[in-house]
Amino acid sequence: MIATILDDLPLRERIALAVLLAFLVALPSVASDYWLSVVLIILYFAYVGQAWNLMMGIAGQLSLGHALYVGLGAYTAAALYVHFQLPPAIGLFVSMLIAAGAATVIGLLAFRFGIGGVYFALLTIAFAEFTRLAFSHFEWVGAMAGFFLPVENRAESDLINLRGSPVMFYYVILTLGVAAAVLVRLLAASRLGYYWLAIREDQEAAQASGVNTFAYKMIAVTISAAMTALGGVFLAFYYNNLFPSDIFGIHRSIEIILAPIIGGLGTFFGPVFGAFVLGLLGEGLTSAVEQTGIQTAGVKQLVYALVLLVIIKFVPGGLWPRVARSMGLGRRRDEP
Amino acid sequence: MSFEFVANVAIGGLLTGLVYALMALGLSVIFGVIRVVNFAHGEMAVLAMFAAFLLHQATGLDPVYAIPAVAAGLFVVGYLMQRHLVAPFVTRPEHEQFILLLAVAVLTTNGLLIVFGPEARGVILDYSFDSYAIGPLIIDKTKAIAAVTAFLAAMGLLLFFRYTRTGKAIRACADNLTGAQVVGMNVQRLYALTFGLGLACVGVAGCLLILIVEATPVLGPELTLLAFIIVIVGGLGSLAGALFGGVLIGMSEALAGIVVSPSMKSMVSFALLIVVLAVRPEGLLGKRRA
Amino acid sequence: MSRTTRDDRTGTRLAVTRRQFNLALGASAAALAAPAYLRHAIAAGPLKVGCLAPLSGFFAREGQGCKRGFDLAGPMLADMGMPVEIMIADTESNPDKARTAAEKAISDGAQVLIGTFVSGETAAVAQVAEQRGIPHVINIAAAPQITEQGYKFVFRNFATGPMLVKNGLGLIKELFVATGTTPKTAVFMHVNDTFGTAMQKGVGALFPKMEMPFEIVETIAYDEKAKDLSVEVAKAKATGAEILLPVSHGADAIMLVREMVKQRWEPMGIMTPGSPGVYEQQFYKTLGKYSEYVIANVPWIDPNKAMSKTLAEAFAKAFPDDMLELNVGFSFEALLIAADAHKRAGSADPTALADALRATRIDEHVMVGGPIQFNEKGQNVNIQSATLQNLDRQPKVVLPKASAAAEPVFPMPGWNDPKRA
Repeated sequence: MIATILDDLPLRERIALAVLLAFLVALPSVASDYWLSVVLIILYFAYVGQAWNLMMGIAGQLSLGHALYVGLGAYTAAALYVHFQLPPAIGLFVSMLIAAGAATVIGLLAFRFGIGGVYFALLTIAFAEFTRLAFSHFEWVGAMAGFFLPVENRAESDLINLRGSPVMFYYVILTLGVAAAVLVRLLAASRLGYYWLAIREDQEAAQASGVNTFAYKMIAVTISAAMTALGGVFLAFYYNNLFPSDIFGIHRSIEIILAPIIGGLGTFFGPVFGAFVLGLLGEGLTSAVEQTGIQTAGVKQLVYALVLLVIIKFVPGGLWPRVARSMGLGRRRDEP
Repeated sequence: MSFEFVANVAIGGLLTGLVYALMALGLSVIFGVIRVVNFAHGEMAVLAMFAAFLLHQATGLDPVYAIPAVAAGLFVVGYLMQRHLVAPFVTRPEHEQFILLLAVAVLTTNGLLIVFGPEARGVILDYSFDSYAIGPLIIDKTKAIAAVTAFLAAMGLLLFFRYTRTGKAIRACADNLTGAQVVGMNVQRLYALTFGLGLACVGVAGCLLILIVEATPVLGPELTLLAFIIVIVGGLGSLAGALFGGVLIGMSEALAGIVVSPSMKSMVSFALLIVVLAVRPEGLLGKRRA
Repeated sequence: MSRTTRDDRTGTRLAVTRRQFNLALGASAAALAAPAYLRHAIAAGPLKVGCLAPLSGFFAREGQGCKRGFDLAGPMLADMGMPVEIMIADTESNPDKARTAAEKAISDGAQVLIGTFVSGETAAVAQVAEQRGIPHVINIAAAPQITEQGYKFVFRNFATGPMLVKNGLGLIKELFVATGTTPKTAVFMHVNDTFGTAMQKGVGALFPKMEMPFEIVETIAYDEKAKDLSVEVAKAKATGAEILLPVSHGADAIMLVREMVKQRWEPMGIMTPGSPGVYEQQFYKTLGKYSEYVIANVPWIDPNKAMSKTLAEAFAKAFPDDMLELNVGFSFEALLIAADAHKRAGSADPTALADALRATRIDEHVMVGGPIQFNEKGQNVNIQSATLQNLDRQPKVVLPKASAAAEPVFPMPGWNDPKRA
């Protein structure tokens, strides 16, 4: 299996990957709590960006409502834990199932009725907003007042119940991120991956050659949703509180897609790179703004948006392909 | 539940719907002709709202009279935006268009936040507390004025597209781009004009919106979404569709607020969008695209 | 200004830049002016307090009010021999940002947290405080569940939703007795956010038990982001109720009254059972004569207490264009409580501070009500409300009679009644 994953990677890239991984594994022992939490969130965005990339890169559908799956995953596992004492280690399967179900409905609507492009994007937004409003009135999980998990001792690590220190959560998301990357690579190298490649390159030709495009697009969409839901479970137990206006919000959906698009859509490492760039940029901006003593709100976001504008205008394919080339890491074969 | 109650609510919804319809009209023009996903549409409306607010603060000008200035201003913004920023993105993939306009939207929102602060800003005129009583019906005066003006502006736009040369040229680009290029139309210029026109529409809508709603810098995304829903439900490329869609959404949301808790009434528009996309994606008054 | 701080575990230095000085008030100058012997009494220097408030975003106006309370506390507490070092952070009206701000404040050395005004945010901050074992004194937040979690480090010096409702409904009963008129029906409207739903639950639970002389014929919830309340007001008008009990914030309070005028609905009175919004400057400015006679039953600054007078003077000097209201008062009191505990504990050790907080008893303070004390859940149950009525474009205390500055007016004159100036 390792061979498949690292198959087409030249030695240079393998070393680079190893170095990065070693750095990330060692980080908790040298970084402060603050930096740990920053990198943790970066890894989260790298993870969900990877999951979103699956829907975008393969099914070719721009989902602007991915927060729907995060929210569904988060609330499901949290509710099962608080109301039924079901540990998240088991609850996460229910979460993934429910998210996959939602994605199936959306996928059916989209692919059966031929809704694509901006219409599909709006459909995903509508579903996310609708669910947000629904949860705002859903008393069983706190409605607008929010849903709170009981806060417990942070020192011991309880993986089954996802209770523990930030360091534990860090390793959990790191593992998830690596697992997601491995999964995506394996899928890409599999038969499924080649069908996906065919659909992405030329859907009509694929259809004509007898590939069941509908089925494979649905598979991509449901896997993407399930993976994202897992990220939601992580968030619920890391943050210990959930608010519908927050977790289903359109700003969350936008956050999710920024990293993969800035990093490089359709590339394997793009979402990861994008997540690091955006995360560090955000923190850097906050510090810089504070240094200048500017108290007005909005300055950081303004600069953020300017950077986005510049990137999309001049480097629309994403930053990673350019950076990789200059680092001599070369372009990989097309990856989902 | 009395007749007056339902009728008053329905009329209120109809009137507000007309103003939102005008805003959506601008989007229909832009999206229908250039096929660019203007995700900064709502933010442009908010910009117009603040412009009208500023004029009122400075000169006491009623936003309705500020329309020529604001519309002209937004026309220029739209023209320049298309010409210098958006033009290369017309042929690029949707997600890139989206990111570009998203960046513009966030820039606008935060620019407004820095200049005006987060507080809601409204315009109070001497008729802001008035209403017309027609029999059992009570009609909000500012809403009535806003709605009538919106309707007239929409009619003006319709006439422009139907009877003027430029209007017809723009429609030609929308219907058959290659054909238009073949006959020698300056498509780039026409696109810029279209974007300008679309935003001018939004400019008018913004002046009217500030009469009935308070402006906050963060109102943008909500208005963008509303504009898209109206355009899709009403029918892309159909100006009458945008008007119809606006009125439909306005009224159904208002009436839904009677039946369910008003805090849920926005769910109606989303549900409507989903149903229309599934059942009749070209919109209720749209023409099926070949 | 920048400061280096040592990371406890590994000795790594990280540059940290998160301190705000109260420029106009020169808090540091005041602290330095404290006599030497007092400085020794305060172990290890002034107490570092992380003050969190929504300085931007949806609740920016109220958050700025809280900040004014924080700003005034610095010099006043220094004068009382209890200097504090105030680190102000913006929660951006967002629970996520509030959580991060709390974590950052603690990393920067905050020994006590104060905040945040928004119930949802406060609950998130309370979780962080409890997990990290740093005391959290809540200046304003009404959601009752925050003090029902069995936390050991969280203390609330504000009324819970149920407390606000109980006090409010009690005052409303008194109002009808004082003015000799009693309505038979009421409609209850509330904003559908954490605060609004907490109040609605409070009303639901307490109303039946309080033997109120009127009945609530309908409850109407509206979206916190609603741009237009015409449907909601139409619904309320259609009930034919004689009074309106709104629970809202600032901008929606203005929208409500404006709609009522437009739709020609003139109930006998508008009185909040415990929510703000109707005594803010923007309310008076926008509504003019229509703002008169609206009533709010809220905790308020006691005009007769000595410390209140000092605070009012300092406020008038520092902020001549703003109004002294409950956000300022409670934010000041929160710092007073923290500083007082620090003095009694003699150290800034979090557990010692928490124990000292638990034993708090402050007789001299600013808000209406008995001494500041916390029960076993960390809740101060001595907080009282007062009835404020908008008269001459100002909130005047009309009940309880002992603190009253004017006579209550009920029923209120119609919208176009010449009595409205």
